[in-house]
Amino acid sequence: MDLNQLYTELILEHSQNSENKGHLDHANCTERGHNPSCGDDITLELVCRGDIIEDASFTGSGCAISQASTSIMIDLIKGKSKEEAGELVNTFLSMIKKELNDYDKLEMLEDAVAFQNIGNMPARVKCATLAWHTLREAITKNQ
Amino acid sequence: MKSFDVDRIREDFPTLSQLVRGKALVYLDNAATTHKPIQVIDSIRDYYNKSNANPHRGAHHLGVLATEMYEKARDKVREFINARSSKEVIFTKNATESLNLLAYSYGMKHVKKGDEIVICISEHHSNIVPWQKIARLKDAELKYLYLNDDYRLDMEEVYRKITDRTKIVSIAQMSNVLGTVYPIKEIVKYGHSKGAIVIVDGAQSIPHMKVDVRDMDADFLVFSGHKMLAPMGIGVLYGKEEILESMDPFLMGGDMIEYVEEQNTTFAELPHRFEAGTPNVEGAVGLAAAIDYLNKIGLDKINKYEEELTAYALEKLMGIPQVKIYGPKDLEDRGSVISFELEGCHPHDVSTIVDTYGVALRAGHHCAQPLMKFLKAPATSRVSFYFYNTKSEIDQLIDSLLKVRKWLGYGS
Repeated sequence: MDLNQLYTELILEHSQNSENKGHLDHANCTERGHNPSCGDDITLELVCRGDIIEDASFTGSGCAISQASTSIMIDLIKGKSKEEAGELVNTFLSMIKKELNDYDKLEMLEDAVAFQNIGNMPARVKCATLAWHTLREAITKNQ
Repeated sequence: MKSFDVDRIREDFPTLSQLVRGKALVYLDNAATTHKPIQVIDSIRDYYNKSNANPHRGAHHLGVLATEMYEKARDKVREFINARSSKEVIFTKNATESLNLLAYSYGMKHVKKGDEIVICISEHHSNIVPWQKIARLKDAELKYLYLNDDYRLDMEEVYRKITDRTKIVSIAQMSNVLGTVYPIKEIVKYGHSKGAIVIVDGAQSIPHMKVDVRDMDADFLVFSGHKMLAPMGIGVLYGKEEILESMDPFLMGGDMIEYVEEQNTTFAELPHRFEAGTPNVEGAVGLAAAIDYLNKIGLDKINKYEEELTAYALEKLMGIPQVKIYGPKDLEDRGSVISFELEGCHPHDVSTIVDTYGVALRAGHHCAQPLMKFLKAPATSRVSFYFYNTKSEIDQLIDSLLKVRKWLGYGS
């Protein structure tokens, strides 16, 4: 894979200066996600009101891919319902697995489409998907 | 071989001459596994072409041949580590299995409530997790030796931690993360003076330096074949005969028995008592060929050449202002493993980017999470050399590292 497609400005910006990084004052749902083999370690914080994810942030450390993917995901899920967020997770994961047949669906991922080709780098797939698996876990636990 | 001719040596390693994404491969992940010379690959092919039978069974020609090759390999290992008898050489899958064997067959029998097991903070998970289990099952304490600011182990720390209650000291001779080589002889001596047995994990040391079990007086030594040119799936447990004799078998089954009755079994003599089931003969044959290869070059020459490479790499890496080395910065008691951090660049990104320039290095916690926590580093990048690496490969590493910062949006 071409590094130009991987370390884009968008990804570098999100990984180095994310506005979504830090603690939330009134988080009522937190979930830790960890890639034991490489050490990426994030914690998602969510403020949920009923079914709606009103606010979200993350803390932790990891590579540029894992940090950027987390930050971009948070931009995407703020204000969404848990069901919509779950649908975004499914869409993102099928995009990575190259199993997404309905290309119109890609649009709903907005900036997260930047990770579309990460499937070509098997070693980095788990960096890109960590936050999304963590979000799914958080939603499932808080149904 | 008269002098050290690295170009000539590299011709023996088919994998090293390939291109990765159009760039010459620079393989610097030798602490994980080494490449195999054609002599080792041929030895395995020969074994399957000419022999291939189940050893220690049957009297047919091929069976006898396979037994001979397997037992010759054992004697080759005995000679390589200077053990007294080939009864003291047990073939296992790898160092991890050897350590598990010791935890179950020695630890379960001899560790009692209130006893201590002492290991170093830089141990590989394989030398931590089995002991955690024994400590938990036996209500014993697992204690850690910590390192000084220079990433070395002070003997004062050894004197503090090993006590009359210590039953087992288990320590790697060389750290797979820091490159530090520990004062094993002194640790063994002190451990013995307190009545403990001492296990040495030689996985990282034995490929690079002469290890003499009688000289170091270790009770046990474990190592893996694949980190010293041999195939994966063959490893060694050396143990002093009298201690091995006192231990219960590890895995039960064929080849490790004497008489089996409906309800009772008597076990085979050493070393077979600890080798249940059909063994990895091709692995043992490959390991013997690897030892022949190392002996032909000479471990002293290998060690000296790798020291030159390490000195060169340390100097070049420290010349990059954003590099922080985790490990001793001089050559005293250090091997050819260098862990580092490139400021602002996560090791995983470093690894991906240098890979596009053909450079294979390792990123992560290197199977040593407690050490990473101790170092307050979530992960590091690691380069590890073998005697087929060259200074020009180190130059290629440095060039690619300089490009990493550029890709990640830093000025240079």
